[in-house]
Amino acid sequence: MKIEFSVNGKPVEVEAEPRMTLADCLRHKLGLTGTHVGCEHGVCGACTIIVDGAAVRSCLMLAVQADGADITTVEGLSHEDRLTPLQTAFRRNHGLQCGYCTPGMLTTSHALLTNEPDCDADRVREVLSGNICRCTGYVSIVEAVLEARAAYRKDAEEDRA
Amino acid sequence: MKLPAFDYACPTTLAETISLLASSNGEARLLAGGQSLMPMMAFRIASPSLVIDMRKLPGLNRIEIDANGVRLGAMVRYCDILGDERLRTAHPLLVAAIEHVAHYQIRNRGTVGGSIAHADPAAETPGILVTCDAEITVLGESGTRVIAADDFFIAPLTTALEPGEMITQIRLPAWPAARRWGFQEFSRRRGDFAMAGAALFLDRDDVGLIANAHVGVIGVGDRAIRLPQVEAILNGATAVNDAMIAEIEKTTAASVEPFDDIHSSAAYRRSLAGTMVKRALKSALA
Amino acid sequence: MTVANALVGSPIERVEDLRFLRGRGQYVGDLNFDDTLHAAVFRSPVAHGKLISVDKSAALAIPGVHAVFTAADLGDVIPYIPMRLHPLPELEPFWQPVVAYDKVRYVGEPIALVVADSAAIAEDGVDAIEVEIEPLPAVMTKPQAESGETLLFDKKGTNEVLGYRGYRGDVSIFDTAPYTRKERFTVQRHTAVPMEPRGLLAEWDAERQHLTMWGAAKVPFFNRRILSRLIGLAEDQILLVENDVGGGFGPRGEFYPEDFLLPFAARHLNKRIKWIEDRRENLMAMNHARECDCEVEIACDLKGRILGLRGRGVVDIGAYMRTNGAVGARNIAQFISGPYRVPNMNYEVGMIVTNKTPVGTYRGPGRFEADFFRERMLDMIAEDLGIDRVEIRRRNLVTHAEMPYRMASITPFDADDELDSGDYSETLDRCLAEIGWDEKAALNGKEIDGRYHGLGIACFVEAGGAGPKEFARVTLEKTGDYTVYVGSAAVGQGIETVFAQIAGDALEVPMSRITGVHHGSTRNVSDGFGAYHSRSTVMGGSAILDAVAKLKDMIRAEAGRRLNCSADAVEIVEGTTAIGPGGRSIALAELAAETDLSVEGSFINKRLSWAYGAHATHVAVDAETGHVEVLDYIAVEDVGRIINPLTMTGQIVGSIMQGLGGTFLEHFKYDENGQLLTGSLADYMLPTASDFPKVRGIPMGNHPSPMNPVGAKGGGEGGIFSVAGVIGNAVAAALKSFNVQPRDLPLSPPQIWELLQAARQSPSSPQ
Repeated sequence: MKIEFSVNGKPVEVEAEPRMTLADCLRHKLGLTGTHVGCEHGVCGACTIIVDGAAVRSCLMLAVQADGADITTVEGLSHEDRLTPLQTAFRRNHGLQCGYCTPGMLTTSHALLTNEPDCDADRVREVLSGNICRCTGYVSIVEAVLEARAAYRKDAEEDRA
Repeated sequence: MKLPAFDYACPTTLAETISLLASSNGEARLLAGGQSLMPMMAFRIASPSLVIDMRKLPGLNRIEIDANGVRLGAMVRYCDILGDERLRTAHPLLVAAIEHVAHYQIRNRGTVGGSIAHADPAAETPGILVTCDAEITVLGESGTRVIAADDFFIAPLTTALEPGEMITQIRLPAWPAARRWGFQEFSRRRGDFAMAGAALFLDRDDVGLIANAHVGVIGVGDRAIRLPQVEAILNGATAVNDAMIAEIEKTTAASVEPFDDIHSSAAYRRSLAGTMVKRALKSALA
Repeated sequence: MTVANALVGSPIERVEDLRFLRGRGQYVGDLNFDDTLHAAVFRSPVAHGKLISVDKSAALAIPGVHAVFTAADLGDVIPYIPMRLHPLPELEPFWQPVVAYDKVRYVGEPIALVVADSAAIAEDGVDAIEVEIEPLPAVMTKPQAESGETLLFDKKGTNEVLGYRGYRGDVSIFDTAPYTRKERFTVQRHTAVPMEPRGLLAEWDAERQHLTMWGAAKVPFFNRRILSRLIGLAEDQILLVENDVGGGFGPRGEFYPEDFLLPFAARHLNKRIKWIEDRRENLMAMNHARECDCEVEIACDLKGRILGLRGRGVVDIGAYMRTNGAVGARNIAQFISGPYRVPNMNYEVGMIVTNKTPVGTYRGPGRFEADFFRERMLDMIAEDLGIDRVEIRRRNLVTHAEMPYRMASITPFDADDELDSGDYSETLDRCLAEIGWDEKAALNGKEIDGRYHGLGIACFVEAGGAGPKEFARVTLEKTGDYTVYVGSAAVGQGIETVFAQIAGDALEVPMSRITGVHHGSTRNVSDGFGAYHSRSTVMGGSAILDAVAKLKDMIRAEAGRRLNCSADAVEIVEGTTAIGPGGRSIALAELAAETDLSVEGSFINKRLSWAYGAHATHVAVDAETGHVEVLDYIAVEDVGRIINPLTMTGQIVGSIMQGLGGTFLEHFKYDENGQLLTGSLADYMLPTASDFPKVRGIPMGNHPSPMNPVGAKGGGEGGIFSVAGVIGNAVAAALKSFNVQPRDLPLSPPQIWELLQAARQSPSSPQ
């Protein structure tokens, strides 16, 4: 089936058979391999992307369900070669080791902080409990997300202004 | 874990959906949020010939609140419930339970209709529906029928839904402002299915006695159930003292019928159900 | 003026992060080449049985299926996968064939490989394969295996595999010792479960008769050697390429059946074939670990000083002896004594085969288990003898003055290791201070709001830096920058950064002048030994230092020729300029432009380095639900020299979290027929962000290793060793009034609850 949607601000048109997941479509049809697939049954969170503003598991969506959607993947978080404040905080706090869960951690955190820039550590941990990391022990990831809140608060204030 | 092949339809009307269901010989599956169906297909436990995507069906994503209670369209997502400020007073028990459902990303797509069609005995939504005497509206070729929640859930992954029928709406009876309620569940990790959970509420009658107690449990049997024996202890009481709580804990453990499974013994779950009801009751009275 | 040691010891932000954070990492699954076919593995649905027939006709009839390979397609002799570590001839009868041919011995054993246009079609093909298996009784438990009623390997005549023994002194001391205690402990089957499943992409170039395989990890050179032998190609006809690797922790990168089947199919079809393991097969195909049942007896004097240790344990290795499947058993036999003075010891660890997934190493193999037993016993002994739990450890820790301290000898594959250096009381003291041991002492056993509080303490040693050797190459580029190549492998631990720090300091250049650290792939250096046994930094780092020294000699010699002076008279300044007598100079870039300045170095290591430390925790146990909340957790480890405190702390905290998973959550459960019941990440429970928020790791670097020029000791595993022991001790302390003694993992809520139920019914309980 032919589907059209927007990825990281660019419109795309893809031919996908119905059984193809959105994760596989992004990875193998569009070359957006930053979205990782860690379990394909909706537990690990590595494939998290942002669809119409909400963090979702792209292994639990059919590509055909994305027709008309607005999608952001990890590749769309930063512009050119500059790291965003969230990415910078992950690096400064050593919030990643092997890097496999990292795209899902970033997209989930980005969605969370965009909607709730004032969230506390418990909320961060609750939300990130849907993303499994096997390397870091999570402490540094939570620190990184908390540190990045300031930048999102500033963005929210600027949006209001 | 690639999905088995299937045909895909994305109807825009209920009538079209019903006719697709009817012509599929029971081999079609409705795709709401997909958070249960997609993993089942990934493991090839489910391999429907036709997947009918409900995302373009009109009107199913509405939350309506009035004197008759709360009506949730089948496509209402968990995040819609958590994001609707009105529900915090219109049905605080529902909101409290939904906060325990799975994880952030799942709550962004998972729907109440999908959850009850899936009918996991440990799931929160069926538990709330059973506890609160909810009604489930289903639509089929012969029209609409309304099923009481207690009649709807039959066994794990088995409901009263007939082939060709779809869930369109759930109605939870109105929630009096003075109602006391509690919700507790225990799971191995945040977001896992409950090993046992309890949802309950109680009202006071004209003379201040406890009335209309509803006590439901999840995860301790083949479906969510209410515990009439426990409700009987509460109804008519003036206050709840420690002895009564102890009796309720014991009665709960005696009334549930859990089984041994890979996570625990039946004895543990029995005890845990008692603990959950006790804690839910204490939080209701606090 | 040069700046020495500016990089080593600094919390340098990782160079790897720049690609990972932007979604630009490249894992093997990310490789999308044109004209690639996809493979899926048909695995045995039966735990034990005779393989009668495989019918692939229905699979081959599916449009898009290109081929199905079974044992019948491999020729007359089916290759077996040899062992990488401890390849004793006695273990050979238990090796795994690359594909099942006469018998199947576990659910998940490869029977066929389907090659198709897409992964989905390949899986359709797998579903269409019909197999006939005559079932045999499944051997699932230790008694079943030991009874020998049903044999996995008929010719062998027993399900019992050669075991290991740790021995020292004379255990007849038990006859006269004033106090002894014997206990039995078990650890459940669990494993690493890295977030990226395995994957391979094999390409056969018929014209060049050359095989390239992407997806290598951990030990690419060794795997090339095995593959060369099994597939009948010379080593230089095979290139193994290491991509970004989504977590190692032991199981990943060992040689598995698929490591043969993929290149075989690629060569046979003359195609490029990709196989990405899915999570379901990952949980049943990648090495499991840890399952054991061990009896430990300790003899002490009445002051709690250990006089002797003896006993016997059994490790369940699953259906086959894999590449490193004996390490767990061996390490239990060696590490049961830990950092303590054990003058007399005789500890045997046998192995049995059962119809489960074969085992291999998982972070802290054998040590996680042994440390659980030993540290639990020390607490029980302290209680019996009325000695403080910290004091009993102090009385038995090997002291600085006793080092090097020879540990028990291990046989077979004999080893006599020595605890090399350090002061074990330092890490213990730091750990106690960090947890607030003295201030919180009154909490032990106390009930607060329905939960019982308890503290735990445990000590460990971590062997690291396994030999025999490692290789590195350092090249001076024409730009004047440097490139590093090393035989170590990256598994997510950040070696590109750590090696750039080491190389930068040695070359006296900033990290920006180290333009690349290339690792793992078999084309970079003449040989390599990879990433295991907390060895990368120690071994690779030392090899880099050797290569840098040789490169500097080479530069000086070349500059001497150009400046007409002896090499000795040349000084290299800031890694940029060579200056000869009288201030004559030449830019190194200029030298490199005309001469190939690249040199390989190596490091040979005969003795291990021994990091050490202590763990402490504070828990609260909900006696109604059995839930244990970890209120605080601290691990302190002296790793000799800390290269990068950021990554070192990350190793410790990450290790602790895995240990908590193994202690509380993770468990491969089987039914009596050998079906895996926990075959998804919903059922095999990994720790998540909300489970154990209070975990801290503190690396110390007070006692650099005398065994290598970097001064580092392995630090990748110490965070996991003590976790079960210290948690068990804290739970016992919390539930002291019930006399609950955790002896079996995992400490799941139902298990804790059952222990409490049993204790309440026991007449000895005061409750």
